[in-house]
Amino acid sequence: MLRLLTRDLRLAMRAGGGFGLGLAFFLLVAVLVPLGVGPEGVVLAKIAPGILWVGALLACLLSLDRIFALDFEDGSLDLLATSPMPLEGVVAVKSLAHWLVTGLPLTLVAPVLGVLLNLPVAGYGWLVVSLALGTPALSVIGAFGAALVVGVKRGGLLLSLLVLPLYVPTLIFGAEVVKRGAAGLAVGTPLLLMAGITLGAAALLPFASAAALRVNLR
Amino acid sequence: MSIWEYANPKKFMQTSAAVLPWLAGLSALCVAVGLVWGFFLTPDDYRQGSTVKIIYLHVPSAMMAINAWAMMLVTSLIWLVRRHHVSALAAKAAAPVGLTFTVIALVTGAFWGQPMWGTWWAWDPRLTSFLILTLFYLGYIALWQAVENPDTAADLTAVLCIVGSVFAGLSRYAVLFWNQGLHQGASLSLDKEENVADVFWVPLVVCIAGFVLLFLTLVLVRTRTEVRARRLAALLARERLA
Repeated sequence: MLRLLTRDLRLAMRAGGGFGLGLAFFLLVAVLVPLGVGPEGVVLAKIAPGILWVGALLACLLSLDRIFALDFEDGSLDLLATSPMPLEGVVAVKSLAHWLVTGLPLTLVAPVLGVLLNLPVAGYGWLVVSLALGTPALSVIGAFGAALVVGVKRGGLLLSLLVLPLYVPTLIFGAEVVKRGAAGLAVGTPLLLMAGITLGAAALLPFASAAALRVNLR
Repeated sequence: MSIWEYANPKKFMQTSAAVLPWLAGLSALCVAVGLVWGFFLTPDDYRQGSTVKIIYLHVPSAMMAINAWAMMLVTSLIWLVRRHHVSALAAKAAAPVGLTFTVIALVTGAFWGQPMWGTWWAWDPRLTSFLILTLFYLGYIALWQAVENPDTAADLTAVLCIVGSVFAGLSRYAVLFWNQGLHQGASLSLDKEENVADVFWVPLVVCIAGFVLLFLTLVLVRTRTEVRARRLAALLARERLA
């Protein structure tokens, strides 16, 4: 499993692609929004939590189809499926690798972009916490979507249509945490609910994803 | 004699052919009686005027929009567990019907909301969760369209339906988080003495019964079409081999 993780990470680093792309997209969103909305600090501070979360979510979406598509095309997914490791484990490791190259960097740069969007000081800590707890769910759910469409040619748009509604609860709770944190309110409830979604998704969804992969590899 | 007999396509086609005219007639009758009664023979509400009558379309279609997804969930589970093709085809047939009901509920709601709330749309929990339900229906139908092998498509959409149900439920409770919103609570429930004044209530129940029957009729017709399409594909494949 560790081997697979390092292999995926190395591929992601060397092929370029997803790693920098998601970050660049996130940066662009954070730069474009003030240009479109106008530079008033009060307005920006109000929409910053939502914009940052939506930006992170879309940046995550960009690289989803790479989770399985390349391995499916060159046949290494078949090898992984016949290997002694359960397919559920393969899915979990690949989701983890996806999170390490997209979710984690997004979480780390988010405070910098928060400055651009004039996020109130109290919000930074909660922004990092909520992204750190929420983006794993985005990767796991995204891996499920990617497993569904892996056999479809040019499934990118379909993938977004399938995955976006599944992202709704995570987005709502995640943005709510930052919003409340920035306003200095208690954040316990949405934070716990979001962590619950992440844990539940990480525990159960790999089984659904593996089932979908088995169907697609049949 | 068990319910699984109807999983046999031949038996299903025979039974549904016999039932269908009755079902269609009854649903046409119920919908016509319920709508005419509701639209023309009930008094106007003293504050809402005649806009209150949108309820006869809005409530039944909203109920069926959710129930259609529940039916798809059940048939998807049956397909995954027992591999009955009719079950998978019924789920496929129900999706566009459910989507239509969802859209009807949203549009009639907008027509009612415009004069009453002064807005076509509000990000109210109920409205938002219906919009999300629409997206789930769209994704489900798109996945059926995109996958070529019918068995693969049936498997994938069944898995999507199960996972989607969980997340649709989560979204329903997540949007409650904002506030109670504009939409009133449920007007109908079984444990109350009187829900709405009887003059409005009786035609509404007739309408709901009509929409349930209408849904069953449409799903049966569409499932029969799917079964026939499947047979046709099999015939064509056989001719190509010969």
